[in-house]
Formats: sequence, C-alpha cells, structure tokens
Amino acid sequence: MSKICTLREAISSIEDGAAVAMGCGLESLIPFAAGYEIIRRKKRGLTLVAPISDIQFDQLIGAGSARKIVAAWVGNVAAGLGHNFRRAMEEGIPRPLEVEEHSNFTIALGLKAAGMGLPYLPTRTALGSDFSEAPHFRAITCPFTGERLLAVRAVAPDVAILHVQRADSEGNAHLWGNLGVVREAAYAAKRVILTCEEVVDHEVILSDPNRTLIPGFLVSHVVDAPFGSHPSPTQGYARRDDDFYFDYHRQSRSLEGFQEWLQKWVFGAGDHEGYLDLLGKERREKLKPGRELCSPAVNFSV
Amino acid sequence: MDYTLKELMVVAAAREICDGEVVFVGMRLPLLGFAVAKELHAPRAVGIFENGVIRDWPALAPIFTMSDPPNVSRSLSCCGLVDVMSLLQSGRVDLGFIGGAEIDRFGNLNTHWVEENGRRVRLPGSGGAADIAGLAGRCIIIMNHERRRFPPKVRFITSPGYGEGRGWREGKHLKGGGPRRVITSLGIFSFDSESREMILSSFHPGVSIEQIQRETGWRLKVAAEVSETRSPLAEELAAVRKYDPKGVWTNN
Repeated sequence: MSKICTLREAISSIEDGAAVAMGCGLESLIPFAAGYEIIRRKKRGLTLVAPISDIQFDQLIGAGSARKIVAAWVGNVAAGLGHNFRRAMEEGIPRPLEVEEHSNFTIALGLKAAGMGLPYLPTRTALGSDFSEAPHFRAITCPFTGERLLAVRAVAPDVAILHVQRADSEGNAHLWGNLGVVREAAYAAKRVILTCEEVVDHEVILSDPNRTLIPGFLVSHVVDAPFGSHPSPTQGYARRDDDFYFDYHRQSRSLEGFQEWLQKWVFGAGDHEGYLDLLGKERREKLKPGRELCSPAVNFSV
Repeated sequence: MDYTLKELMVVAAAREICDGEVVFVGMRLPLLGFAVAKELHAPRAVGIFENGVIRDWPALAPIFTMSDPPNVSRSLSCCGLVDVMSLLQSGRVDLGFIGGAEIDRFGNLNTHWVEENGRRVRLPGSGGAADIAGLAGRCIIIMNHERRRFPPKVRFITSPGYGEGRGWREGKHLKGGGPRRVITSLGIFSFDSESREMILSSFHPGVSIEQIQRETGWRLKVAAEVSETRSPLAEELAAVRKYDPKGVWTNN
C-alpha cells in the first residue's frame, strides 16, 4: 500500500502534545522541511527528542511549538548559542520550556532501550555529571559483578520524523553516511514519518538490503521532499548551507528578528516548494554535490 | 612571532596524539590537531566522531560540522552514535578532546549554565562531552583562558574532571582516566598525580606567569620545571596551514 502523501498531510497526523524525535542524524539529515510545516500547522505542546538537532529545535522553540526538550545539546553548531532556547529558558519567551538533560550517549541509550522493548539500559557514562541526578537516571548495581552503573530510562517518542536519501512508496528506506541515532529513533518511536530525496521502485530497495535501515512496516507516511534537509546536508544530494546558519544566528538574536525570519522562510514561503523558490535556483545549484563518488555495486548473487 | 596563538594551540594538541592511537576528535582546533599529528608523527592514528564517522585520514576540505559531506565521504566507516560510544565505553578510545565555558582547578567542565552580571545564561549542554570526559583513556581540554572561565569551582559539572580531587573519580566509578592536559590561550597545564589539581607546566611565548595568575580564579600551582611552551616547528606550521589555508580556525 502506498504511503506517499503531501508534507501537509503527514504533519497534520501529529497530535498536539506528541513526543517527536527529529534531527536524529546529528548535523546531517535534519528534516527541516518537516519542522517548518510543524510551525505552519501551529502544532503546540510538543516534546522534541534528539541528541543534537542543530538549529531545528531552536526554531521550533521560538515558534512556540515545544513544551519540553529531551536532548543533549541545543544551539547552533557552527555559530554558538541558540537564542530562542536561551529566551525560553531564561525568560519563558515565548513560553516556559522543560528540559530532560542527557549526554549524546544517554539519549541514544534511552532510544535504544525503547526500541528493544526495555524500560532502561545500563551504562558507565555520565557518572559524576550533575545532570545524571535527574529522575530519568538511577544508580544501579550490576547483579553479576556488583559494579555501580547508571540506568537510563527508555525514551519512546510517539513519532520519529526522519529524512533519508531514498525510500519506496511503502516506506522501506535506504540511507547512508553517518547514522547518528536514526535507527534507534525509528525503532523506539510508535511510528515513523519519512521525508526523502527520492522515491524509488521497490526493486531498488531489494537490490541492497543492508542499506535498508528502516523497514516500511514502521513507517506511516512517505513524503517526496528533495532538499528537505536544507540547510543541513544529505550525503550525495545536498551540501551544508553554512551561510544559512550564520544568517539565522544573526537574525534570531532579537525576538523581532526571529519573527521576521519566521515570516519570510516559514509562513511567507507557504510550503516546501515555496521555500525552494525562495532559496532560488542559483543557491540550490551551488549546494548540489560536485564530483561524483559512487561505490561499485554490492554483489548479492545466489 | 611568525605564527598565531591558535596555531600554537593546534600544534600543542597534535603533540598529545601518539602514533596508532584511537582519538575522539571533535571540531575546530582538535580536528586540525589530529590532521597535524597524522601528517607528521602519528600516521596510524584513527579519528572517531560522535555522529558515527571513523576516519583514517582527516578531510582536506574545510568543514563546520562533523557531519559535513567531506568528513563522511572516503571515511573508513560510517556507523551510528551507539557504535562509537560503545568503543568509548569498552575502553578502546585512547584519547578525547573536549572544551567548555568554565573549568575549575580539578579540570571539571561546565557547559550548562553560567551567570553574567547576576543573570543566568543558559548554554547548550553536554553533547558528547560528558561521555568523553567520563570514558576516554585520557582527555585533553582546550580553553580560552579568561578569569571568568576559570572559577575555583564550576557551578555545574557537565563533564567531570577529578571532581573534588584525589579519589573522587574512583568513588564515582568512572572508567576513563580523566583530564591529562589543559591547553589554554595562555599556557599548558598538567594535573598533580596526588592532589589531582591543575599545575602550570608551560607558558606561551610572550605570556608571564603573573598574567596567567591574573586570569585564573584560584591560587595557581606552578610546576618546579615550568618552562616556555615550545614554539611550533616549520613543518608543524606547514601542516596546520595545509588544513586551514585561509586561517578560518587559526587566525587570531
């Protein structure tokens, strides 16, 4: 059954107050197009889940979509602090924000636990870090060795929004490059919304099964959204648009500046196609990869 | 001086990497340090990035994040965060680089919140720094040396150093060896093997010990054999400039 739909339809399926994992590839494969649509659909009270989602969480916080963040780091990776995150945490603007503090490893383990159907996973990390005193961590003793370990409570999002290189119409997805916590998020969430650079035939998926990191039965919606990770990179399809991050950093410094940014790039653009028009052909061409670097086909002969 | 302060810091970072070591790299100055080490004295070192990238050679093209396509393309392995953190947790990572907004005399780092003019400023948080601080065989910390960044005790421990001193890490059951060196914009510090307190081991050319004391929020301990930081050699500078030709990271 085809799950292909518009971005608007996919995002409309998310309920207010849902826990949403997005930006799970770390600095690449961030589903920015989906984030902008969440803002346009005026979703409220969301819990956002990911280790580091570059400026995506800052945008959603500033737009008033988020009530809670489950993350290891919120800011602007190349430029520094996240101005909307600061305003929310320091002044409650546009609304107060709760943070469930993690390290990169602990949030990955929380997702992994949920994906394995477990209530927690043990680890040796974060012992001695002040944030590990929060209630989603618990000191435990290993029943075999008697060692002191830290239990990380499972993190189970209602939905994971993942950007991938290619998927078929049923949501079987090929992705490559650094994987961050993409697989853990897909397994942990109740369902997955995919945005992809290309919709391909089922045969393409079957040709390279090791690359199918998300099986389609976990997926509820598939959206054909080329450049849907802009300004973050998608290996083989789009480079990182560094200037976009620096411009955002400058403009979001003041609340008014952020509102103008939002008006132009999110509301003014209207939808993903409008956003791509706003970027312009020249800028999009510059962000396309240069020299082609392909591997030889993998041999699955029988 | 025919080099910048940042170039000196990059070279100091490179000198911490031994041949054949597995290194959790990070961005900016440590990334350049890894490149310099690979070019000169540590050709068999392996670099690991927390997004899941493992490289046997640094990318030549300039990058702003570890997930930029040049850092992914032609890497040795692309896996996930749990995979590379598992290598860290199981003791297979010799060395990790980290930094922070604040550091105290026992090498604890804070990247959660600070106060400016009595007002709380929220910072981004741990990322992978707490994991590296707790689990790497040894850590090298890179810091801008300013008094406000060097309080006697950090307000919040994001990434643990030696906590409150001797025996603290063992009491917390931390497996990693803890901070070995702090490379600042003024000098280089080691840690006392007994008290675990930071000790000044060298001051950068043109910097006085008094100046370092002024920029440090506690009474500085100075090694008996304190000396001037060794200046970068010509070949070290050439390697830095090969990977940062425009000085994006190393111009003062």
